[in-house]
Amino acid sequence: MHEMSLCQSILGVMEQAARDQHFSRVRRVRLRVGALAGVEISALRFGFEVVTRGTLADGVVLEILSQPGEAYCFQCGQSVTIEQRFDPCPGCGGHHLQLTGGDELKIQDLEVE
Amino acid sequence: MMCTVCGCGEAQVKVDGHAHDHDHDHDHHHGTEPGQSRLVRIEQDILAKNNGYARANRARFEAQGVLALNLVSSPGSGKTSLLVETLQRLEGAFPRLVIEGDQQTAVDAERVRETGVAAVQINTGKGCHLDAHMVGHGLEQLSLSSGAVLFIENVGNLVCPAGFDLGERCKVVVLSVTEGEDKPLKYPDMFAAAELMILSKTDLLPHVDFDMERCLDYARRVNPAIRCLQLSVRSGEGMDDWLDWLRAERRRVLEARSATLETELAQVRAALTP
Repeated sequence: MHEMSLCQSILGVMEQAARDQHFSRVRRVRLRVGALAGVEISALRFGFEVVTRGTLADGVVLEILSQPGEAYCFQCGQSVTIEQRFDPCPGCGGHHLQLTGGDELKIQDLEVE
Repeated sequence: MMCTVCGCGEAQVKVDGHAHDHDHDHDHHHGTEPGQSRLVRIEQDILAKNNGYARANRARFEAQGVLALNLVSSPGSGKTSLLVETLQRLEGAFPRLVIEGDQQTAVDAERVRETGVAAVQINTGKGCHLDAHMVGHGLEQLSLSSGAVLFIENVGNLVCPAGFDLGERCKVVVLSVTEGEDKPLKYPDMFAAAELMILSKTDLLPHVDFDMERCLDYARRVNPAIRCLQLSVRSGEGMDDWLDWLRAERRRVLEARSATLETELAQVRAALTP
């Protein structure tokens, strides 16, 4: 599962930030995850617990800020919200959509001490 | 939204200014004394590290005029057979290079080397995809030259490799007609990330219930711009279309390289004139 390597990336970012910004523990991490980012949240949570064990983020609270999928419908000429990549436009039922948002995968901030 | 500084529920939190808009009793003090928590803004893309390596790889490919393709598919789509056949048909045409990604074994790289083409095998171990860092190390063992085509055969997996940019010019997804036409809907991220979809093993079409039109329709639903080719390595049908596509892409890379060099040359010459 590539959620595991995402978890390792997050840990890497936290360790780097700990060196740069002088903290020794991470209590909470907030991630912004788009509905179309291709991330399975339950797998991410599972992997995160395993990866952070015995690190500066042992026992960390993982908070997910979900972002909806956004697309532009060429038929309707407006932005619409979709849940999955192949969803039809909720307005016209067409598939001529251009993804405009909701595929982000970011660490927003850390609560540290 | 939860106030993450003190975990105190509904709030309008301004992180930088550390302003709390809510009104309730705090049983602790905010401050910077040791042992107290504070909020560190990160705003970093989780894939930033991989993307950094991918950018470096891409810059290298562009600077050398190399066409790099990331071949992705599920296991058993006939990706390696297609690659081997492609390498053989292009013998003498231009330099060809291969990076093979598999969890275990060097079987695929050995198959490729039998064609006389240099191949690097990367074993990802427990990993389910190649990442740009691994590919960067793989490149150390290959000699890139102008006009070469590098095929990066990713780990057979229609899920994870979608999110990992390797620095390639584009992803090519191979789907065999024995797999079923609904794969683009089942694995939309991969088909959305690919520029070209190759439907392989078309010689088996009479024996399987594969609805070609429906498959193309599904693929376009997740990626309206996707290009599609149909071919069979066994019968050779459609191979020419694929090779034409390759030659055209290679040409585009070289034209871009040539334009960059001309601009640079013009700048150098301009600097020479007093």
